[in-house]
Amino acid sequence: MTSPSSGEAVAKSSSGGLGWLLEQRVLLSIAVLAVLPWLLPSQALAVNVLIYGVVVMGYNLLFGYTGLLSFGQAAFFGAGAYFTGIAIGRYGVPWFAAVPIAVLLSTCLAAAIGIVSTRTRGIYFSMVTLALAQLVYYVALQASSVTGGENGLRGFTVDRINLFGFPVNFLDPVNKYYVLMAFAALAMWFQSRILNSPFGAVIEAIRENEQRARACGYDVERSKLIVFMLSGAISSLGGCMLALHLSIVPLDLLHYQTSGMIVMMVLLGGARSFFGPFVGAASFLILEDVISVWTPHWQLFVGAIFVLFVLFLPKGIWGTLLDTLRVGKARP
Amino acid sequence: MDLSLIIMQLLSGIALGAVLVITALGLTIVFGMLGVVNFAHGALFMIGAYAGLYLASLTGSFWWGLLLAPVLIGAFGMLIEFVLIRRLYGRSIDDPLLLTFGLSYILVEAVRIVFGSDGIPFPTPPQLIGVLDLGVGFFPRYRLFVIALVAVVLVVLWLALEKTRIGLIVRAGARDPTIMQVLGVDIGRVWLAIFGLGVGLAALGGVLAGPMRSVNPEMGSLVLAEAFVVTVIGGLGSIVGAVVAGLMVGISISLVALFAPEMATIVMFALMAVVLLIRPEGLFGVRGRTA
Repeated sequence: MTSPSSGEAVAKSSSGGLGWLLEQRVLLSIAVLAVLPWLLPSQALAVNVLIYGVVVMGYNLLFGYTGLLSFGQAAFFGAGAYFTGIAIGRYGVPWFAAVPIAVLLSTCLAAAIGIVSTRTRGIYFSMVTLALAQLVYYVALQASSVTGGENGLRGFTVDRINLFGFPVNFLDPVNKYYVLMAFAALAMWFQSRILNSPFGAVIEAIRENEQRARACGYDVERSKLIVFMLSGAISSLGGCMLALHLSIVPLDLLHYQTSGMIVMMVLLGGARSFFGPFVGAASFLILEDVISVWTPHWQLFVGAIFVLFVLFLPKGIWGTLLDTLRVGKARP
Repeated sequence: MDLSLIIMQLLSGIALGAVLVITALGLTIVFGMLGVVNFAHGALFMIGAYAGLYLASLTGSFWWGLLLAPVLIGAFGMLIEFVLIRRLYGRSIDDPLLLTFGLSYILVEAVRIVFGSDGIPFPTPPQLIGVLDLGVGFFPRYRLFVIALVAVVLVVLWLALEKTRIGLIVRAGARDPTIMQVLGVDIGRVWLAIFGLGVGLAALGGVLAGPMRSVNPEMGSLVLAEAFVVTVIGGLGSIVGAVVAGLMVGISISLVALFAPEMATIVMFALMAVVLLIRPEGLFGVRGRTA
């Protein structure tokens, strides 16, 4: 169980200064996120980058590191948001309890979808995850007495929170950003732990060669199911953050267009890299922000840019940047 | 429950299923030959519906729209294969899927720019307005026409694949493209034609569905999910599977709508989950051809 992970560790430490830097990826990422509100044109954009960054990071565990192209991640993003909203608005659960409950329930949903979808391989997996996520969408649409149906979930607002005895005004954008950033930091630490664990090496082995991983004695099906659940759990935390941020949950969050957006973000930023998802989320949202100023048809340009990325820059912005840096280091 | 009502609903289900069959067939033929799942299939279905509507109003006849739209959109599909998808052969199997997904964004937005975001009604051709007395009840003529036309298209496709020389090349190419190249067949041209055929079938599905539901830029997204469900149930790459699963899904949607309307949109996904748990490769899929 340990040999692949120790091999990875050797490869990392041998690359010298950059290797050391990469090992501090959680701290570095948090540092960048901490100054983000002052780098971006608006606070609202920064909060969205934070939320979508966490969602896409969770998705990257599945797509980037395990090589499973799911088109159903919106189900967990949406589930996290809906469960948070329902717990707070309907059952009066305090917000700090609602978040773990929502993540737990979303992980159960991921287990159910994962049991069906991880039985399939290759392109089937993409189609089945898309279809099952659409099932969740239609269930939420029909169960309007609980979810609010087409109008989305309303009627829960977190305006004032109590942080270890200190009352914090949650409507203040700066306070909100840093409270949500604590969640993002937790998610990053968790993801980094997964990737550094022997299990992290197993999922990468599955991506590189499923047959060989199986031949080495790893339980491929079980590992896929576990990574599917972990990925769903992290993405659902992003959903909880969105619910706390918006105080409403739009139904469209569950639609497969949202899954597609998550796929686009991870590819723009760079799958398989730790910080790539945040770069991808930021690029996508900035692009949307900038283009929608002068045309309502921003999807046309985003689609075209995405197609160009698939054709010419499949490693994304951050992935390509890291590659060039590594090549530069290797040359004397 | 009235028996004649159930029979009528069954026929409605077959009409609905017929459109699904045609659409899913395009998806499954392209996958069987090229190993590409076209995520823009739903968007091309929608473009087909718009093209049919536009051509029908241009020529003043539904029939020209029905004939020309699949041909034109099919040619457009060949252009897509030639310019974009061809570059991705030999790369990861996920790449064509991602590319066509991005393409669907472009296509949907382009239609919004040209035709606007609102739905447009698609008039039923005057010859097919009204209902026909079938003895057990009255059934819309147009839906009967859809069932008949799809049956004809299926027979023609089957004959073309099984009885002609071109069909032989196509079937052999699906099994082993390398050997076909060694034998001197230009497999690139075959793939181009097959992709065009697949997209043409999506467009045909769009034109046929037009008068049954209104035409709007978002109609493709539901169709894509439906076509996926049908191909997954039937077995990706299997033509018989697409036909059986398409009718199965259409009929179950219709019958469930009769007893529990709120479950109608959900039943096909449940059906897919059950099939996957029992046979992960689909009803007519070949084990090991899932990658």
